Amino acid sequence: MTIKPSQLLEDMGYSIQTCMQCGTCTGGCPSGTYTGMNTRRIVQSARRDKDVLNDDDLWMCTTCYACQERCPGGIRIVDAILALRTEAVHNGIMLPAHRKIAQAVISKGHAVPINDNAREQRKQLGLDELPANVHKFPDSLEQVKKLLESTGFVELISEEDSN
Amino acid sequence: MNSVSIFLGCIVPNRYPGIEKATKLVLDELGVDWADLEGASCCPAPGVFRSFDKSSWLALASRNIALSEAMESDVLTVCNGCYGSLSDANHEMKNDPKLAKETNKHLESIEMTFKGTSDVRHIVEFLSKEIGIEGIKEKVKQPLDLKVAVHYGCHLIKPSKERELDSVEKPSFFDELVEATGATSIDYADKMACCGAGGGLRSALLDKSLDIAEHKFQNITEAGADLIVNACPFCHLQLDFGQIEVKDKNGNEYNIPVLHYTQLLALALGYSQEDVGLDMNFIKAGNILEVMA
Repeated sequence: MTIKPSQLLEDMGYSIQTCMQCGTCTGGCPSGTYTGMNTRRIVQSARRDKDVLNDDDLWMCTTCYACQERCPGGIRIVDAILALRTEAVHNGIMLPAHRKIAQAVISKGHAVPINDNAREQRKQLGLDELPANVHKFPDSLEQVKKLLESTGFVELISEEDSN
Repeated sequence: MNSVSIFLGCIVPNRYPGIEKATKLVLDELGVDWADLEGASCCPAPGVFRSFDKSSWLALASRNIALSEAMESDVLTVCNGCYGSLSDANHEMKNDPKLAKETNKHLESIEMTFKGTSDVRHIVEFLSKEIGIEGIKEKVKQPLDLKVAVHYGCHLIKPSKERELDSVEKPSFFDELVEATGATSIDYADKMACCGAGGGLRSALLDKSLDIAEHKFQNITEAGADLIVNACPFCHLQLDFGQIEVKDKNGNEYNIPVLHYTQLLALALGYSQEDVGLDMNFIKAGNILEVMA
């Protein structure tokens, strides 16, 4: 890890040190009811610089923002979780399914690309077989690829860089 | 009212094209000046891509917005996820000159520039503000006598600091739009709860994601709703195909038809279920119009 979680989040202005550990976040978390996710614990781990990047709970968050809206301390909890995920990904920690989605965007421009069934349904509805997105415009897809090369995303997602 | 360019996202054109058809029919009926946002890509999805790498998320979102700027129109999304990404990205780019400069450097590689001249709209927010409840009521040809469980979805109204649309805990603007079609929006337990799909949970941890969805199916069934109406195709996928997956996983069958708001509105404006692709859903709507008659 290149930076301590507490420092990373403080630098981004997420003020997790003010957390009172009241548990309002965890109480309102729809994921936490059905998964092991404990939002309060993630915040606590981050400010104590525990190994939060390898915490599976980071990926249980649906980003519904219930915790962030209800936090009496106004802490940007979801934004902090997203920042911790980013740090994890940049340290090679990424779920296989998420890598596949990222690869789909690099190669097809869409997280959910078109398939034969959708092409058929589009025709039945009187729509063009290909939607007016990058599927129909190859030059646009090239732009997307070029842009993701420029930002370093292609390199970040490549299998070789993974743990 | 400005002209709008329709940002389709991934799931609408590539999995539920009936929502695309319904959107275009509805905008035509309501006299909205629209065009396709040609060459757009994934927004990209906020829960995952924003997590992976912020500069890549911002660059791809800014390219989509810049395409709309070139058309001198606002971006119109029909998806909460796309709205979340594009609206947040637009907000950050307009308010953080340093970020905008860095992002525009990447956009230079494809000879594009983000200028900050367009707004990002969500169709439910757009119809509510630009057409209004009375404007919609005037156009209804076929009032829908249905009991609807309205599902707002998370990113339509949250994070509220960036949206400023309505109350986060007890909003009403979407219910009012649903009721403008003649339907009744019924209350149900944990109505504002997440469908469970977002943040990459559905993609990577499907089992957990479906448990969250099933909680909604139980509450909606107990409340006696005829159907679910949503504002987001990713919620739509989770709530429609999710019922098939929940049946496979737990053996529980709910069989609640799921419609995107544009499909419900198109029915009220006189279109048929086939016109808007309801028969292409996994949970068949049956003939809800005939049941009503």
